[in-house]
Amino acid sequence: MSGFDLSAILGNPEYAAMLLHGIQMTFIIYAGSWTLAMALALLLLAVRLSPFRFGDPLVAAYVSYHRNVPTLVQLMLWYFGIFTLMPNGVATWLASHNAEAIFAVIGLGLCQAAYFSEDLRSGVRSVGPGQMEAARALGHGYVSAMRFVIMPQGVRNALPPLINHSVSLFKNSSLAVVIGASELTHAVKEIENLSFRTFEIYLIGTVLYLFFSLVIMSIGAYLSMRADPARSARA
Amino acid sequence: MIQDMIAIVRDYWLLLLIGQYPNGPLGGLANTLILSALSIILAFPASILFAMARLSKSRLLRWPVTALVYFTRGVPLLMLILWSYFLVPLLTGADVPSFVTMLTTLVIYQSAFLSEVVRAGIVALGPGQMDAARALGHGYMGAMRFIILPQALYNMIPSILSTFVSTIKDTTLGYVINVPDLTFAASQVNNQLLTQPFQVFLILAIVYFIICWTLTYFANRLERRITRRRAGLLNAPAAVVTPSKIVSEQL
Repeated sequence: MSGFDLSAILGNPEYAAMLLHGIQMTFIIYAGSWTLAMALALLLLAVRLSPFRFGDPLVAAYVSYHRNVPTLVQLMLWYFGIFTLMPNGVATWLASHNAEAIFAVIGLGLCQAAYFSEDLRSGVRSVGPGQMEAARALGHGYVSAMRFVIMPQGVRNALPPLINHSVSLFKNSSLAVVIGASELTHAVKEIENLSFRTFEIYLIGTVLYLFFSLVIMSIGAYLSMRADPARSARA
Repeated sequence: MIQDMIAIVRDYWLLLLIGQYPNGPLGGLANTLILSALSIILAFPASILFAMARLSKSRLLRWPVTALVYFTRGVPLLMLILWSYFLVPLLTGADVPSFVTMLTTLVIYQSAFLSEVVRAGIVALGPGQMDAARALGHGYMGAMRFIILPQALYNMIPSILSTFVSTIKDTTLGYVINVPDLTFAASQVNNQLLTQPFQVFLILAIVYFIICWTLTYFANRLERRITRRRAGLLNAPAAVVTPSKIVSEQL
């Protein structure tokens, strides 16, 4: 228990396995919540963009709730609150299928959908109205104009904030530890309890988070460059 | 269900509001607000220094601060909290209350984020202001102090308010190291009741929503007013760069 020694953790097969499992769970939660968030964000966007106005206040309320209530509280409400209200059969099924991770995905995904949908909306809004008129004049219907003309440009405009929010979703996946999901932060805390090598294990955990965040940021930067070389050169 | 919630609020409003205060540490909503306000007040001067360092020509100033900002943005807040939880007592050699640990973390975290806000505010002013101030005989610090920062900070008030909102939301993470804030109080209530977790956490969500929504609302109104006023001053309503747009693209 003396001196700085990373190998005490990385060399120990049990700890290394715990870390790997943590990384794996973090990525499962991240991938699940990202997919859920993006799917829902597109749905919310479709409601917002549709000519029928009565969906707007609902979407606005959804976004407002998820932006003004702390993510941790949303996760607690799902896991401690809504989980307990579920019918017995559903609850036992969930409990035997890693309920913590499932609710982390639901909670984080629903919350992030609000941010993604706002990013996409401002991206689409910055596509000039002339684009839609031109597409319609060329014979595109509404849906096909959206699909081939508006959305590609809108998503490209929305890329920078989407990337930032993807990184924050990755970081927010660490909140899942509070409802007991066995992701990376959980593994770090467990190993700390077992090994008492606080400094070393926090360092490893931090470097891992930093590394993956930077990887996501670089993928994002690469995508923006591919999507719009001229604009990236200016920025 | 709604009757349950009203009953919970009626029975536990004092605990939710100030924790066990006269008989114990201050907690609850009061603690959440004090913690957020203190961390913004302390982070604010640091963020101005950080922003100036990041815009400075000297690499010695620019690189360490840039590294700090990238580090803070790349690591989950929860990890930073765990770091201070273990490092702050080690460095000070004393038993540090979790409130202080959380405050330290939030100050570091929010100065990094606020410095991006301030930097965007300065960049959005354009180089002309600095050039003009220098031409009038101001030194660099004088120009910053009297010309650049007053304008940049005024324009950034809405973004600073949004940072305040996210600070309020971030204080909830103090739950992990037992900071006696509103979230902690709610989970205490939940532990006493045991049977109504949904109602308790819904009340918690509603309280946070009301506070943060009110602040967001004021931030948006201020933003519109400041944009209009700047547009009037610049006499070019169509081409105003709103600083908060730059921030939202960066953060």
